[in-house]
Amino acid sequence: MTPALRLVSLKKHFAAGRAGFFHRDPRLVHAVDGISLEVAHGEILALVGESGCGKSTLALTLLGLEKPTSGEIHFEGTDVTHLRGAALKDMHRRIQMVFQDPYESLNPMMTVEEAVAEPLEVHSLLKNSAARRTRVIQALEDAGLKPADSFLDRLPHQLSGGQRQRVVIAAALVLEPTILLADEPVSMLDVSIRAEILNLLAEIRARRSITILFITHDFGTIAHFADRIAVMYLGRIVEIGATEEVLRDPQHPYTQALLSAVPVPNPRLRQKRLILQGETPNPIDLPSGCRFHPRCPVAEDRCRLTDPPAVPLSATHSAACLLVED
Amino acid sequence: MTDQPTLITGRAFWRGFRRNRIAVAGLAMLLIALAAAVFAPAVAPYDPYAPVAITVESIYQRPGPAHWLGTDDAGKDVLSNFIFGARVSLTVGIFASFISVVIGGLIGISAGYFGGRLERWLMRFTDFMLVIPDLPLIVVIVAITRPSLTNIILVIGLLGWTTTARLVRSQTLSIKERKFVLRARSIGAGHLHILRRHIFPLVLPLLVVNSVLIISLAILNESTLSFLGLSDPTRISWGQMLNYAFERGAMSSRAWWVLVTPGFGIVWLVLGFTLLGHGLEQVLNPRTEWHHLTDHPRMVSLPAPLNPQP
Repeated sequence: MTPALRLVSLKKHFAAGRAGFFHRDPRLVHAVDGISLEVAHGEILALVGESGCGKSTLALTLLGLEKPTSGEIHFEGTDVTHLRGAALKDMHRRIQMVFQDPYESLNPMMTVEEAVAEPLEVHSLLKNSAARRTRVIQALEDAGLKPADSFLDRLPHQLSGGQRQRVVIAAALVLEPTILLADEPVSMLDVSIRAEILNLLAEIRARRSITILFITHDFGTIAHFADRIAVMYLGRIVEIGATEEVLRDPQHPYTQALLSAVPVPNPRLRQKRLILQGETPNPIDLPSGCRFHPRCPVAEDRCRLTDPPAVPLSATHSAACLLVED
Repeated sequence: MTDQPTLITGRAFWRGFRRNRIAVAGLAMLLIALAAAVFAPAVAPYDPYAPVAITVESIYQRPGPAHWLGTDDAGKDVLSNFIFGARVSLTVGIFASFISVVIGGLIGISAGYFGGRLERWLMRFTDFMLVIPDLPLIVVIVAITRPSLTNIILVIGLLGWTTTARLVRSQTLSIKERKFVLRARSIGAGHLHILRRHIFPLVLPLLVVNSVLIISLAILNESTLSFLGLSDPTRISWGQMLNYAFERGAMSSRAWWVLVTPGFGIVWLVLGFTLLGHGLEQVLNPRTEWHHLTDHPRMVSLPAPLNPQP
């Protein structure tokens, strides 16, 4: 079966400085620097990584809001990398996004009904207002806002944070997409509401078999939720595998360090933390060889020279580290 | 009612408006002026456009029972002139500010939203217009063309949009960076949709407030022009009344009523529009409305019932 989404060495570089009339800054920000990935239908893939590792740029590139520098995006078997105009707009119907901040991602002047119906309006679907309203109510109920009628005329400031995020999810569902990109959809919410929203996403996946790309920097929220985990560092995927494999047996030193930083409630189970030295290198001047070597606790001389390829560890698990091979 | 969700905001707006004393006071002042201007022929005791039969006694008569606010240098009733003068001020103010706000809004929104080279050109042009002193330029243009009411409206309107453009541009810049615009783009919305559904509705309150404030500037400009003698000679306006009073010896005749009356009218209108503008500014902030928690009165603790002592 064709994967829902396939990326082939996708790159997105930005110009580092402003291009002036007299001088042009030749340096590039390597925000996404060669990502190859396959995501199956109905799968939940978690993209994990620190701030600035390129997670959000990847999402914007997938949405077609940023043009990839090189590489390919295949969507249900078709190459959508260079789509423009109507074809691009049609693709937007099938990839929808839920943003991080539910307080900012709703227009304060638009009612819930207008916000959820907006995608239909943009794509000129269901022009009949009664049919449109039925679809909006359906989407709101799918997003767990019941009774949906009582929310239709509300404005965002009359909703709580969790309710707003449900409205955003309803607006993403109303076009019945095949892929949902969720960029830290719960990080701005109260802890008590996080689980509800995560359950809602899992339930939506089960009911509609939507593929969910879940972008986060928090292992805690994805342990029970994602099918697979992809760990990103400086625009690359350094380790990818089934959730179990990555969490139980992390192979890349970066993944190990991230996992050791996850708080453990039971003090007896706490292990020694692996604190990474230094800060994330600047994505303008990437380190030579393995881009993790300046911070890596187990780096060797060869790490400075060789950029490690992804090493398969099992059918599903692979890590980009020279030391894994041994 | 559910068919028109905007109705709720409309009613909430009216509720907030009535609670705002500044806005209500401004509106009341303006309604009085507007009524006087509209029903001027019925309200004014004399017809200021009637041919005058002038006598020495009828010039600069003190306020009295026949002429409540006295007469001017041509023996005409000051009160009637005053009431008819409101028509010119209001017409110029409303139409000129409408022109200004439409131009300023268009330039500001397109510069702020599209950015890049378009923004640089539009904003340099705006700066250029901004640094030219308005009044001398208006005087020159009106003097060269013909001081008719239409010309005055056009000149004031076409020169008064610069501050609006800058304000609207900065507001647009901040709105377009907000996440709901990114979300609309991720849905696949085009520029027209984003401008119409996201940018314009959020700029509109600013435009409304701004247009109300610009009306007072336009009224002042018109009065200044008339005072300098550049008024439509066929229409009575407050500035023109002041101009005649100064030129024709009202000062030396101690005819204070000829000076104070039109001055009072100008201050009344300008103050009314300014109060209304500031009041609207306070009311049109949607966040001063109710909060999602106020929906449930039970969440607010009720005062304990008094224990009736046996």
